[in-house]
Amino acid sequence: MTDIFKTSFMRSLKIQIMVLKALILREIITRYGRNNIGFLWLFFEPMSFTLFISLMWFFFKINSLSNLNIIAFVLTGYPMVMMWRNASSRAKGAVSANLALLYHRNIRILDLVYARVFLEMIGASAAQVFVILIFVFFGIIAIPYDSFNMICAWGLMCWFSIGLGLIIFVLSAKYEIFGKMWVTLSFVFMPISGAFFWVDTFPQNIQKLLLFIPPIHGTEMFRHGYFGPSVVTHYDVNYLVLCNVILLFIGLTMVKNNESYILENN
Amino acid sequence: MIIINNVSKEYRTRKGYKTVLKNISFSLKKGEKIGILGRNGAGKSTLIKIISEIEKPTTGTIIRNMSISWPLAFSGGFQGSLTGMDNLKFICRIYGSSIEKIQKYVEDFAELGDYLYEPVKKYSSGMKARLAFALSLSIEFDCYLIDEVIAVGDSRFTEKCRRELFENKKDKALILVSHNMNAIKSYCDKAMVLEDGNLYQFDSIEKALLYHNNQQKII
Repeated sequence: MTDIFKTSFMRSLKIQIMVLKALILREIITRYGRNNIGFLWLFFEPMSFTLFISLMWFFFKINSLSNLNIIAFVLTGYPMVMMWRNASSRAKGAVSANLALLYHRNIRILDLVYARVFLEMIGASAAQVFVILIFVFFGIIAIPYDSFNMICAWGLMCWFSIGLGLIIFVLSAKYEIFGKMWVTLSFVFMPISGAFFWVDTFPQNIQKLLLFIPPIHGTEMFRHGYFGPSVVTHYDVNYLVLCNVILLFIGLTMVKNNESYILENN
Repeated sequence: MIIINNVSKEYRTRKGYKTVLKNISFSLKKGEKIGILGRNGAGKSTLIKIISEIEKPTTGTIIRNMSISWPLAFSGGFQGSLTGMDNLKFICRIYGSSIEKIQKYVEDFAELGDYLYEPVKKYSSGMKARLAFALSLSIEFDCYLIDEVIAVGDSRFTEKCRRELFENKKDKALILVSHNMNAIKSYCDKAMVLEDGNLYQFDSIEKALLYHNNQQKII
């Protein structure tokens, strides 16, 4: 215990992992409690959502519009958008809800934000893997063409949601009005996230505009991984990585510059 | 050793900057037990927060060569919807301590019985204080920061705390912040008075109490 505050890199890393683990476990209990299925809600929530949306599309017979498997189309678009949208939105109240925890020196503002974003991510990712496996198992959708590409796309969007989450966190902690507006703003994000269309179906000049939006690259890349060369996708990994780096940089800088302001005004 | 050097703290309010602490300097040696007296709003809690690194001073430096506990206040940093046991586990995980060991210590010390497995929001303020106190004492620190909390317990608990601090932990340092003179008298061997952001030091605890007592009178 005595040397826990002398911080070599390894020591810091160990504390960091310890703290994040503790915060995530705590977040699970406070959010889902111990009753009924408890922490299973974590992936039951996004899973039931995906199942419901898939079934809805299926029964509306949108299937007949094209020879593409509509459930696979929904499954490769919708959950990913929900993942990065929910994960980054969860960062909003990270400090005001957990202010008392900052009494412990090992816990920093960043840890509170990360714990929330990670938890949401873990739940959504587990649900996505589970649903795909189930659907493939029952033959509802085909086996993915290139799962590695899908994992990379998913990972890049996780990274995206961390950067975005940090920015949302600082803005909402600083300006109350932003926190309220974000609910609407994030709704606008949905249709332009690429979940409901193929970039390729648009005229070329609109395609160029669409490809300025980073999440579209994530969705197209994920779909490329699933459908393979049978569909035409448009994405640029470099562009998405660049956007992620910039977002993360802006997010971390904003947290650093506003840390004491947030502490004293919450 | 903790050295507080020329620490000032300003807050921005709607009516301009407000100075809460003005050029405060003092040091705390190993095993020393200091009491800081002050009226409501004198800046006691701010001082504790700055020593424990929750807030940064506006100017001045603090050198910390000992491990310092989190400030022990009424709320104690608990989440009301979690049980006492959940809060205990959380603390153990953050500080890397063994849950079984800490659980045993807290069970013996706080005497909460089955209430340890109830949500903290059902606790009385005395029970909360007992849990908070037991938890922070169960983790080994060189210096404990205590904000008022001792005054809440009943006499049996107060006696237990006193014994723990003076017998089992007599080599540990302590900073106790309170407006309660009895608490300072029974736990500390040195006292200071915080008044309007200035810190007055005295060579004996009686002089500090006398000074504080005179401040309390309504003229």
